[in-house]
Amino acid sequence: MYPARFSYEAPETIEAAVELLGGARGEARVLAGGQSLVPMMKLRFASPETLIDINNIPGLAYHGADPDGTYRIGALCRHVDLEKDGDLGTLQPTMAAAAPLIADPIVRMRGTVVGSLCHADPQGDWASVMGALGGSVVAQGPNGRRSIPCVDFVDGPFQNVLEPDELAIEAFVPAPVGTRAGGYLKLERRVGDFATVGVAVSVEFSGTQVTRAGIGLTGVGASTICAGAAAEMLVGEELNGDNIARAAGHAAEMSQPRSDHRGSEAYKRHIVATFVTRILSSLQRTTQEVA
Amino acid sequence: MTSLFAAVTTETPVDTPIRRITVTVNGKQHTLDVEPRLLLAHLIRQGLELTGTHTGCDTTHCGACTVLIDGSPVKSCTMFAVQVDGHEVTTVEGLASASGLHPIQEGFRDEHGLQCGFCTPGMMLTAKALLDENPDPTEDEVRWALSGNLCRCTGYQNIVKSVLVAAARLRAKDNVEEDEAP
Ligand SMILES: Cc1cc2nc3c(=O)[nH]c(=O)nc-3n(C[C@H](O)[C@H](O)[C@H](O)COP(=O)(O)OP(=O)(O)OC[C@H]3O[C@@H](n4cnc5c(N)ncnc54)[C@H](O)[C@@H]3O)c2cc1C
Ligand code: FES
Ligand code: FES
Repeated sequence: MYPARFSYEAPETIEAAVELLGGARGEARVLAGGQSLVPMMKLRFASPETLIDINNIPGLAYHGADPDGTYRIGALCRHVDLEKDGDLGTLQPTMAAAAPLIADPIVRMRGTVVGSLCHADPQGDWASVMGALGGSVVAQGPNGRRSIPCVDFVDGPFQNVLEPDELAIEAFVPAPVGTRAGGYLKLERRVGDFATVGVAVSVEFSGTQVTRAGIGLTGVGASTICAGAAAEMLVGEELNGDNIARAAGHAAEMSQPRSDHRGSEAYKRHIVATFVTRILSSLQRTTQEVA
Repeated sequence: MTSLFAAVTTETPVDTPIRRITVTVNGKQHTLDVEPRLLLAHLIRQGLELTGTHTGCDTTHCGACTVLIDGSPVKSCTMFAVQVDGHEVTTVEGLASASGLHPIQEGFRDEHGLQCGFCTPGMMLTAKALLDENPDPTEDEVRWALSGNLCRCTGYQNIVKSVLVAAARLRAKDNVEEDEAP
């Protein structure tokens, strides 16, 4: 399968990439890991006139925490970089749980976190992880930078709110209030499959008390579902069997699954509740052991 | 310098943008003029006539087209040839040396790690990247590393065995070389 013809640019600075995007007036696409874009171009779901390969821009492959605790992921940080980072489990447990579950090992070598967010696949795992963590995407355009919260970043399947002349340069998660805990569980039929159901949970604790919480759901709606309301029920409380069951039930109600070859609507809702319960119960055990 | 228009189409319109790239494939440097939409898999198979790299699904699922770029496995059906400008590519043809088969190839032969052989080049290159990084993997680690490569014949058992045997032989070889070092 051959993509349609395009011209290829490989800028070496963010500014040059932004200028090229501006000059292309909406007819260009950014190429990051290419693990979604190249298959789409081969199927001719995408036929950009110009491809702007950002892989030669130095200094975008970073991930890590600022001194103030803000966690940043550069536009060329690959899934594998997070998967292989041994410290991630302590700093960003939800991300650490999700990274090895994205696609397959070879796709993870090239695919990027920011590219996944930009791709805005309703089945994508990172959007629910970043949603649960209250993350944002930073875009750079001709007039400077702006931050867009992940919950507002996507405005439809495979559609983000970037202007045609904006490049996403990083995603970031604000510093936790207290200690960060969390997890990601994904039901898939085989390695490399998209989620039948994916559940991201992030909880911040002061001692055993919840100070902030977020839940994101993958694969159970026309887009990623941010089940913030289910998570907020936990704030100010200590986790216990009752409030965990309430949050799990609420998240399941907020999901909008459709019956398909991956399972019935009722089954998927059940999995949402089960996964929320599993993650929160394990957090309950660990926080109460520590306390 | 080779022209690779033919790898894409027999007729190349005058306004087709062409890029000149320099790439090292299995240790040999090539300077090539390529159309940007030429996929790496096609550069390798049609352009350089290295047909050991297979294309199976052509949709980024099977891993038969896996090659190493600077030592990391990549599905060559999902990358453009222009992107390897300045990089090093290893295909299955680059595994064996003048002194014989690579221990990974020997492992696959001795442990019956292949039946039809279609997935084998991708399996072996993915295994090579694993063993370069982790010379003593557990069975689970081998299965995990190979989980992006599909095989429709073997049921994977013998592939995993082949990689474990190759790992043991490579370790033994390294020890001997260390002992022999002055
Ligand atoms: C077999 C297979 C299985 C997969 N399974 C999963 C899975 O289970 N879960 C999952 O979440 N994903 C999965 N994916 C998708 C994978 O995670 C991709 O890596 C990811 O969706 C896109 O990242 P990329 O860097 O490859 O982006 P690309 O393919 O390069 O780009 C994707 C889109 O985002 C745009 N874009 C990329 N970067 C930027 C930027 N910095 N600024 C502006 N626009 C940008 C591109 O123009 C394009 O429209 C799978 C892919 C494959 C091939
Ligand atoms: S041919 Fe490239 S992954 Fe199947
Ligand atoms: S040996 Fe036939 S596909 Fe693997």
